Amino acid sequence: MNRLLPRALMAPAVISLFLWMIVPLVMTIYFSVIRFNLLSPEKTGFIGLENYAYFVSDPSFGTAVMNTLLLLGSVILITVVVGTLLALLIDAPFPGRGLVRILLISPFFVMPTVNALLWKHMMMNPIYGVLAQVWHFFGATPVDWLTDFPLLSVIIIVAWQWLPFATLIFITSLQSMNREQLEASRMDGANYLQQLRYLYLPHLARSVAIVVMIEMIFLLSVFAEIYTTTGGGPGDASTNVAFLIFKQALLNFDAGVASAGALFAVVLANIAAVFLIRIVGKNLDK
Amino acid sequence: MNTSKPFPWLLALRTVVAWLVTLILFFPLGWLVLTAFKTELQAISVPPLLLFTPTLENFTIVQERSDYLLYAQNSLITSVVSTVLGLALAFPAAYAMVFFKGKYTKDILMWMLSTKMMPAVGALVPVYVMAQTSGLLDTRTGLIILFTLSNLPIMVWMLYSYLKEIPAEILEASRMDGAGLWQEFRYVLLPLTMGGLASTGLLTLVLSWNEAFWSLNLSAANSGTLATLIASYSSPEGLFWAKLSAASFMAIAPIVVFGWFSQKQLVQGLTFGAVK
Repeated sequence: MNRLLPRALMAPAVISLFLWMIVPLVMTIYFSVIRFNLLSPEKTGFIGLENYAYFVSDPSFGTAVMNTLLLLGSVILITVVVGTLLALLIDAPFPGRGLVRILLISPFFVMPTVNALLWKHMMMNPIYGVLAQVWHFFGATPVDWLTDFPLLSVIIIVAWQWLPFATLIFITSLQSMNREQLEASRMDGANYLQQLRYLYLPHLARSVAIVVMIEMIFLLSVFAEIYTTTGGGPGDASTNVAFLIFKQALLNFDAGVASAGALFAVVLANIAAVFLIRIVGKNLDK
Repeated sequence: MNTSKPFPWLLALRTVVAWLVTLILFFPLGWLVLTAFKTELQAISVPPLLLFTPTLENFTIVQERSDYLLYAQNSLITSVVSTVLGLALAFPAAYAMVFFKGKYTKDILMWMLSTKMMPAVGALVPVYVMAQTSGLLDTRTGLIILFTLSNLPIMVWMLYSYLKEIPAEILEASRMDGAGLWQEFRYVLLPLTMGGLASTGLLTLVLSWNEAFWSLNLSAANSGTLATLIASYSSPEGLFWAKLSAASFMAIAPIVVFGWFSQKQLVQGLTFGAVK
């Protein structure tokens, strides 16, 4: 009884997660080596690596990989740097700190489609958008953000949405700083910059690593923000790998090619995952 | 605290800078809320209007034109049911992992975490095909299953970290007193983990409510959630910012408030307990 019970309790969660992982994976691998077009289901058969070759040689592929990496890199850089500064700024008490904290983290709880459309229409519209008005105010010509700088626009939108996440994690991490150590360093005559260099930043290092990896996993497959704003365009200018897979699967109906691309995305995500799992695993031993 | 005391001007500077940055970053969201109460003409006025007589007409128009309530109902049902279902699956598992720790418990936990790392787009084609063949495409049931599965690892992890704090002696004592499994759960475990269950549920609710990948790809007119309703405002047919804002406001207001209350759990849940 004592040995069966825990297994019986764990079984539903473990089995359903196992199926959730293995069934789509096996199907994806299978689809990726057969001819599988949703529009012409009569054409089937094993075609080896043809789908992979097609996906990789698609001229959009190179652009999509570049866009994915640019989006990933820029958003991580912006959120980590600005997030650290913000967290340090509001770590010490000042009037209205509680309210500031709530306002700062709000964008993260807003669904991505709302965030994206809010920016697309009300901020970035070249005629009526708030940014256009600001540009006018300073005598500059308003920018047609989504047409002229599609990828940059997506980066701004996604960064705005993920900045609260990084800030929140850094604030949480700063709260566990050893206050006595800080006090002692001040007694010994350390100035703020020295404290920053030798106490704050080393303390934040681990949460920076975690933020980077979690954002990597989520940002590799940014989808809704592109879907609702630029639709990947103009051309492929703001198409990332996730969106390219979506286009192959549900716009071109080529499930085989999309599956080959999906496996590519899985491999990319796993590179980040391995490192994250190590950090979390270490934590589990404590 | 240590740096600001001797320098009052530093406190003043910190206050001004912090508020300035916050207002700039919060501006888009604040603007959305303001626009929701404007008329369409006011919404696109040049220069932008800060002071105006608020109107509620957008809210009624949104309901009439796009059946807001249907989408809200879908969002509510899918997120609540998937949360409850997830708790029902995750709680026994977390319980077994904490109180009947075996050789493989840690491996199972790590493996669960790794399933969360799979990008959703990697499973798009098979999930789409399965949903289509099983008739679950564009149904709430389909979305509920997907939301439950994709939140399950986070839920197990959060409940695991809460249950770990309960001393095993308490449970042993209740067993000595002759409590069965159900009584142990009902009178000992449940009262002790109410907080953990509530915050896990809250976080999952926020995540499911905001979920956009599966709902955009697998749902339409029948089971569409608020995320898909808002996405339908993407096309530039005429000027409708006030209505878009009103719809958005109704879609985000409850969940943003929930989010404020679940910030701590969010950090723990999304970092799998690595940041406390």
